Amino acid sequence: MRKLRYGAAIAEALAEEMERDPEVFLIGEDIGEAGGVFGVTRGLFKKFGPDRVFDTPISEEAIVGAAVGAALVGARPVVEVMFGDFVTLAMDMLVNQAAKTSYMTGGRIGVPVTVRMVTGTAGSTAGQHSQSLEAWFVHTPGLKVVAPSNAADAKGLVKAAIRDPDPVMVFEHKLLYGRSDQVPDQVDPLPLGEGRVVREGEDVTVVSYLHTLYAALEAAERLEEEGISVEVLDPRSLVPFDRRLLSDSLRKTGRLLVAHEAPRRGGVGAEIAAIAAEEMWDLLGAPITRVCGANTPMPYAPELEGFVIPDAARIAEGIRATVKGSPGRLTPV
Amino acid sequence: MTGRNMNLDHDIELFRSMYLIRRFEERAAHLRQQGFIPGFLHPYVGQEAVAVGVCAALEEGDVITSTHRGHGHMLARGAEPNRMYAELYARQDGYNRAKGGSLHMIDAELGFLGANGIVGGGIPLATGAALQKKREGKKRVAVSFFGDGATNEGSFHESLNLSALWLLPVVFVCENNFYGEFTPQHKHQPITEIARRADSYAMEVVVEGNYVLEVRKAAQEAVDRARAGEGPTLIEARTYRHRGHYEGDMARYRPPGELEEWMARDPLVVFAKHLRDRGVDDSVLREVRQAVEDRLDGAARFAEQSPHPQPGEALEDVYTETHQGMALR
Ligand SMILES: Cc1ncc(C[n+]2csc(CCOP(=O)(O)OP(=O)(O)O)c2C)c(N)n1
Ligand SMILES: [Mg+2]
Repeated sequence: MRKLRYGAAIAEALAEEMERDPEVFLIGEDIGEAGGVFGVTRGLFKKFGPDRVFDTPISEEAIVGAAVGAALVGARPVVEVMFGDFVTLAMDMLVNQAAKTSYMTGGRIGVPVTVRMVTGTAGSTAGQHSQSLEAWFVHTPGLKVVAPSNAADAKGLVKAAIRDPDPVMVFEHKLLYGRSDQVPDQVDPLPLGEGRVVREGEDVTVVSYLHTLYAALEAAERLEEEGISVEVLDPRSLVPFDRRLLSDSLRKTGRLLVAHEAPRRGGVGAEIAAIAAEEMWDLLGAPITRVCGANTPMPYAPELEGFVIPDAARIAEGIRATVKGSPGRLTPV
Repeated sequence: MTGRNMNLDHDIELFRSMYLIRRFEERAAHLRQQGFIPGFLHPYVGQEAVAVGVCAALEEGDVITSTHRGHGHMLARGAEPNRMYAELYARQDGYNRAKGGSLHMIDAELGFLGANGIVGGGIPLATGAALQKKREGKKRVAVSFFGDGATNEGSFHESLNLSALWLLPVVFVCENNFYGEFTPQHKHQPITEIARRADSYAMEVVVEGNYVLEVRKAAQEAVDRARAGEGPTLIEARTYRHRGHYEGDMARYRPPGELEEWMARDPLVVFAKHLRDRGVDDSVLREVRQAVEDRLDGAARFAEQSPHPQPGEALEDVYTETHQGMALR
């Protein structure tokens, strides 16, 4: 075990996979000599050279498209989209091309591409540099989606994503790059679709991921003093989603709250709530609650930014209401 | 007043505008360091002649689109530094009521259709604005500013083709500062003259972007052509940013000596010399500079005194209309 930063763990995953498999290459804007805007790929250009680490022009559609095209004929590319907001410029290549290939070829051709992007809100980067767009990809059959919340998971999931035969979208929260975690000396690929119980509890299940997970854990700590016992789950993969983990937990608690930073409407929380309501209704003893980002673009001012994304206080309020069985009275932000 | 003096007065105003941008940006960098400004800042220092030269060719009713490096374009179009600083400070009196910040500042009344956080994002918007200007038949034009890096985006190529095909009244102004973020031009495109990209679309012009009068002349010709219904022009203005890509970038990727070379062609120094050569007294330029400093002092005070937004405002304005009596979101 050693302490490792989230970004460094991702870099290790990339390097180890590149060493293992010559078909793995990296492609993106300023990821090579500059080492990436968030420094994740620092050192990899020097180590692997310009045939394995491609600095590109500012051409998102061509970058993602080139990765998808190379993956069609044998490569295992890893794209960095810098700010995830810019993935909008490459949506055709992901949604119409990569996501459809396996299906439309009757399973004959897979697209083993990995798309990494920085997601979420930090430090007043406003409407076009702080979105959480994971729900779009969760909604698109043919894509897998992972969202690691700590360094060890990040390393394992990125390795699994690279080895996966299908396109995998990796969401990395800006605020997680600064955190360090205990990481085993050797990390194996973490199978996609396996969530984790982060904290055990009896009264209510909270599902959360990425940076919001830590707000949920903080809320759980606070509520312990009030006599409410909170179980916190981190799904880690959003597609495939670990249904068994959720039902095992609900069997114990009978109550569910989902928390994430992305806007509430049509968010991942809606899907998780629907899975529980449709498939696990017999385990539920209370209405389901969502504590999510507001249905707004991300504002610039710090006090506005702080208002539209969920924090520990708001999640705690949601949990209290859920335990009382009256979440309907929460004011949705 | 004689014609010659009027021209000179005009030119002094160009200097004032360039100096205003220079000092607005330098002060903003300083204010950010002091913690008054959150978020990103991409300073325009060094490129002032392009914004000022181009905007000098525009009239009321013309519109422009801008980039992440947008303060200079906005000031050159006549925006108020006090409301701009208020926006950077994230206060209620800001141009975007603290919802946009540097990357998204906008004043449609001025014909400034916004800075943009998306590289290449403004180019199709200018194309569309030009389409509407043409439909209105009022001989108004749209100008789109963007960088060398942006000419590698599909939006650039698609917009040039469309506007050339439809003879839209639009002027594309590429500020070639030879870097996209940390990547030098020769590593992001196989050409050195970006204007050549217009070969298959329309007429192209290359100008030394640090000479404001040359920029103005090129822009005037392009704007005249657009007003006459003869279609778009691509202007490549060769210039340089003196500071890093954003505040905090140390720009270590620059080869030694490059900055110094460009500093010798600092658009403000070059133009001040031109004015002096034409007989403008140093005291006149000193007065201009002092007036700009005073104006910016006032602007920073205005920003500091402007109220913070109320958190609940975050939920307003997602749509322009209400629905069933409630703010829609
Ligand atoms: C679509 C998109 N891709 C990438 C970025 C990140 N980014 C911001 S500015 C920039 C460089 C732009 O270079 P250029 O167009 O030459 O303008 P300059 O910064 O030199 O003014 C990049 C890559 C972005 N904002 N939007
Ligand atoms: Mg540039």
